[in-house]
Amino acid sequence: MGEPIAPFLLFFCGGLLAWALPPKARRILLVLVPVVGLWNLSGLGSGAHWHVSFMDYTLTMMRVDKLSLIFGYIFHIAAFIGFIYAFHLDDRVEQIAIMIHVGSALGIVFAGDLVTLFIFWEVLSIASVFIIWARRRPEATRAGFRYLLVHAAGGLFLLGGIVLRASEVGSIDFVHMELADLATFLIFMGFGINCAWPGLHAWLTDAYPESTVTGTVFLSAFTTKAAVYALARGFAGTGALIWVGALMTAFPIFYAVIENDLRRVLSYSLINQVGFMVCGIGIGTPLALNGAISHAFNDILFKALLFMAMGAVMYRTGRIHATDLGGLYRTMPLTCVFCMVGAASISAFPLFSAFVSKSMVMEAAALGNMRIVWFILLFASAGVFHHAGIKIPYFAFFSHDSGLRPKEAPLHMLIAMGIAAFLCVFIGCAPGYLYSLLPYEVGYVPYTWPHVLGQSQLLFFSSLAFTLLILSGIYPAEMRAVNLDADWFYRKGALALYRGAQITIGAVGWLSSKVVVGGLVRGLASYLREGPAKTTIALLYPAWLVEGTGGSEIGERKKRVRLAMEKGAGPVGIGAAAAIFLLLLLFLAS
Amino acid sequence: MERESVQEKQYLFDKPKNVRRLFRLYYAVLALLLLAEFGVDHHAIFPWEEWPGFYAVFGFVACVALVLAAKYVLRPLVMRREDYYG
Repeated sequence: MGEPIAPFLLFFCGGLLAWALPPKARRILLVLVPVVGLWNLSGLGSGAHWHVSFMDYTLTMMRVDKLSLIFGYIFHIAAFIGFIYAFHLDDRVEQIAIMIHVGSALGIVFAGDLVTLFIFWEVLSIASVFIIWARRRPEATRAGFRYLLVHAAGGLFLLGGIVLRASEVGSIDFVHMELADLATFLIFMGFGINCAWPGLHAWLTDAYPESTVTGTVFLSAFTTKAAVYALARGFAGTGALIWVGALMTAFPIFYAVIENDLRRVLSYSLINQVGFMVCGIGIGTPLALNGAISHAFNDILFKALLFMAMGAVMYRTGRIHATDLGGLYRTMPLTCVFCMVGAASISAFPLFSAFVSKSMVMEAAALGNMRIVWFILLFASAGVFHHAGIKIPYFAFFSHDSGLRPKEAPLHMLIAMGIAAFLCVFIGCAPGYLYSLLPYEVGYVPYTWPHVLGQSQLLFFSSLAFTLLILSGIYPAEMRAVNLDADWFYRKGALALYRGAQITIGAVGWLSSKVVVGGLVRGLASYLREGPAKTTIALLYPAWLVEGTGGSEIGERKKRVRLAMEKGAGPVGIGAAAAIFLLLLLFLAS
Repeated sequence: MERESVQEKQYLFDKPKNVRRLFRLYYAVLALLLLAEFGVDHHAIFPWEEWPGFYAVFGFVACVALVLAAKYVLRPLVMRREDYYG
């Protein structure tokens, strides 16, 4: 047998084939591709395949090891669940963009070299933009353009870094790198933009909530997790990531508390969860890396579940703001239950998935005696329950009765949410299967009494805080508003730059029109037209005065001179005399 | 999606009795979690993890601080009208 089938190829080919198929067959194909892909994946052995020569280098388009495989598995599972959820979809552009999106994310996690990685990295960004645009609303179009600009910048960082590294090290292999020089720094930043580091994160909270009901489910799963993979592969143990990650877990929860758009709340909590992964990668011990990777695996599932639940609400009611929703448990009970399973999972309740993964990162921070980081992570753990665990289900399904009585979510959405919810609980109850997929041996035991009790206390008393704050009316009321974030700098900044440019360039234009067009050109034109006549008159005037010519006669003569000059009818002698005079001047001057 | 107003079906939490029951259960769980502390053998990494009720107090205080900071510090700084970006 020749080379194995590269995972991305199935999705790219599936996307092409889907283009030609009628809607019904297309939908079935989309659900089948991840199944075939999973089967393909299960037969892959470790090793490098698909060597392609590229200029002086050799690309390795497929490298299989435990780290790439676990991301491969979860990407397939997420695609499978997502396509079931999107079974009603009849938008060819969106469906194919999603296929390309998933395929390129797989391309990234199986890329053995940086050039292959870069190519898939770019395709991933472009496919994401089409998924965002599929909403076909002006806000989505604008958010998509901003997304494109940010990711194009990120891609340039990455490309610059790769080119520099190739010329310095002479190798394009995608292996562990030390953050030591400009090349690695640029690559690091390129990864960081897709990973939504603080300050570089605003593309995520800007664009994801603007995408379609189905699109956001996919977007939330792949881009950031592919970047987490890239960091785990390239920069594990890089100390800076510990603090970057800790900051990521903490700052979004403040925004999430005051945000009204529930899918935007989830986007903030997505950054918060990725923070735990980034922090774990920074700590870099086997325990921390296992924690980061297993948490990425779990996060894809529960975040997709939460986005699916909110998507179902949006699909049925056409609304997504907390101010417009409430009381939906009455008619969407199953969606409500699935949403609460997702909420319990992201909050790391015992028996739910994050409990068995996030705690590894916290344990690793504690074992490394990182007190401040540990406290930040603990604060974020309480906070995530507060905003994602309680706020999302509470404001959508309980809270005040909005009077909306939508139908329960369609069957295919319920099935998709059911599978995701099942997996969240299954992993939480039987973590051994997930642990066996991790790249390092797992000695960690999540279910100890102190851990279960401590975590339960943390979460229940966080919820007590929520309850008391709601009952006392202190909890900030949801408001229809925009909250400024880092995207302000380029949304308003770009506008200011444009206005500034307009003013500066406008001033230059005004000045040049006054000086050149109004002054110089007009002066030259009038000189060329009237100059000879005026000069002649100026020369003759004294002679006329000496002659004693009268005022009216002088006027008459001036007219005649002008007429003669206009018609070119002046005596030839004058021209010749002027020419000789000029030559004489030149001769004397030289 | 319909809006029904007259003589609507009563749902689970439309009955105050059920809400009261839920709250009673909730407070019971809270009390139980605090009591369970005394039956559990701690082997924590940091010394403060062994303080009685550390996680409970931390969870409560952290969330109150979070909400107050978000409401009184962050919101006045960043909140703008919905059409701010045009």
